[in-house]
Amino acid sequence: MNNPNKKSAEAHRGLQSFLYSPKIAPYVFISPFVLVFIVFFIYPVISTGIMSFQTVLPGKTEFIGVENYTNLFNPTFLKAVQNSVVYTILTLVLLIPGPMILACFLNSKNMIGKNFFRSTLFIPALTSAVVATTIFRLIFGELSGSLMNQIIGLFGFKPIKWLRIQETSFAALVFLACWRWTGVNILYFLSGLQNIPEEVNESASLDGATVWQRFFYITMPMLRPITIYVLTISIYGGMSMFTESYMLWGSNKSPKDMGLTIIGYLYRQGWEQNNIGFGCAIGIVLLLFALLLNFAQLNLFGLFRKEE
Amino acid sequence: MSKKQKEMTNKPKITVSTIGLLIFFIVLAIIVLFPIFCITLAAFRPSKDLMRFGLNVEIDLAVMSFNNFIFLFTGENSYFMWFRNSLFITAVQAALTLIVSAVVGYGFAMYDFKYKNQIFMCVILIMMIPMEIIMLPLYQQIVGMKLIDTIWGIILPFIASPAPIFFFRQYLSGIPKELMEAGRIDGCSEYGIFGRIILPLMAPSFAAMGIFVGMNSWNGFLWPLIVLRSQEKFTLPIGLATLITPYGNNYDVLIAGSVIAILPILVVFLFFQQYFIEGMTAGGVKG
Repeated sequence: MNNPNKKSAEAHRGLQSFLYSPKIAPYVFISPFVLVFIVFFIYPVISTGIMSFQTVLPGKTEFIGVENYTNLFNPTFLKAVQNSVVYTILTLVLLIPGPMILACFLNSKNMIGKNFFRSTLFIPALTSAVVATTIFRLIFGELSGSLMNQIIGLFGFKPIKWLRIQETSFAALVFLACWRWTGVNILYFLSGLQNIPEEVNESASLDGATVWQRFFYITMPMLRPITIYVLTISIYGGMSMFTESYMLWGSNKSPKDMGLTIIGYLYRQGWEQNNIGFGCAIGIVLLLFALLLNFAQLNLFGLFRKEE
Repeated sequence: MSKKQKEMTNKPKITVSTIGLLIFFIVLAIIVLFPIFCITLAAFRPSKDLMRFGLNVEIDLAVMSFNNFIFLFTGENSYFMWFRNSLFITAVQAALTLIVSAVVGYGFAMYDFKYKNQIFMCVILIMMIPMEIIMLPLYQQIVGMKLIDTIWGIILPFIASPAPIFFFRQYLSGIPKELMEAGRIDGCSEYGIFGRIILPLMAPSFAAMGIFVGMNSWNGFLWPLIVLRSQEKFTLPIGLATLITPYGNNYDVLIAGSVIAILPILVVFLFFQQYFIEGMTAGGVKG
């Protein structure tokens, strides 16, 4: 069974019994996460923090104090922040109440073909951002024969150069977001609706509560946890939007930066213009912002995930 | 069952609202599917038409043909190289991420150990930070590790992915710990318990998470765009993005290729809908 002549074998067995002990095993199980966390999160974030105070050029790295951070207050970055914030707010306004009401409709007792419509409305989410934006880029084309121009033509409007005007290009972006995410958010709200016991609604309607009263005083409060979840991921999704803007204009360049997002600006500085120190400063500011948002959310709403 | 009976008895009373809802959702479904219908139609027309007239729904059988698809499959283009790369990366990434995340999720769900809560807070922390924010530091790390332009550069940073870890932990917390005790009594090691007893029980959750991870990988754009350099390693989304030019000279491949790119995921969806829905509602997948 064991070979006393071989020390290495014994050491090996010692290591084995160490690794196999129930006290050590859990650490072995979670070690991949800890490794990835240190190598691909902690270390890079620390080195970024250091580089954000430097100019980084090949073979020449200098500390320049907070210059990278003060440089952040330039019109282009502020334009990018404004674009991302406006886009996020528009998607929140449209993509939370709409899907919530649609989910209630789908969930109502009067509805037939619930699963069919749930699946059909979900199909746009299967397309990648690249393919979806390619389609919308063509739908919102400038030619008079492109779909959107034909549709507004029916109402007597002249063709519009959709992607060259600030407001209409945002309409295209928001339209695209609604197309892709309505079905997904409906899924979230439907899963939230399953948690509302039917008896609550029934006894309320026996007490004479109208449909609207039931929606505002029973359904909405009980959908609070899932709404907070959808709100959170929508804020992250909106603020980190990049691919849609990149694809809609065929590159990271849109006329007058009308479609530039925060991540687009980070990509431009960090990769296209190789301003690594400055890019790091942007990254650190965004990270602090995300941490602040998480912290606020955990404090305001508690660890909503516990409720699941 | 009783719910269904109630529905039956209620039915005659509610026909008006049922029909109203039905019409409403049929119209909505048509609007939602319309863009996909348009692009499919465009794929059957000469790409020059698209450049001249724009994307619309005019059906003219005289100019419609399979030419774009024939060119896509047999002509001089990189489409299927990209398709193959995407397929390969998706398969490897989904398999590795699932295994690693399942192991980690199991560790968190079934054991009590020192610093467990603190380490799990780290999982939640990175789940709540969009990857795009740390992509510059991550990129520098990948450069330092000489993983640029390799599949490992794409996969490794996300191999112990927080959303699947969280999902597997939740899923496993429903499995009684007595199973582990029984395994120990039968002489299984800690790893044997996981491999022989728990892993087979996790199969349904693997389907949901496999679709979740696979879809993100198949559709991923920004990170592969940053990591990959050489044209012959491009994934499908990156390849398609390179075809967008002001001249539209590649629109035949772009349009037919976009339609073909939707197909595999649509087919998987039609067969495994319930796993999609489970996977999507399990963790945030936005963006």
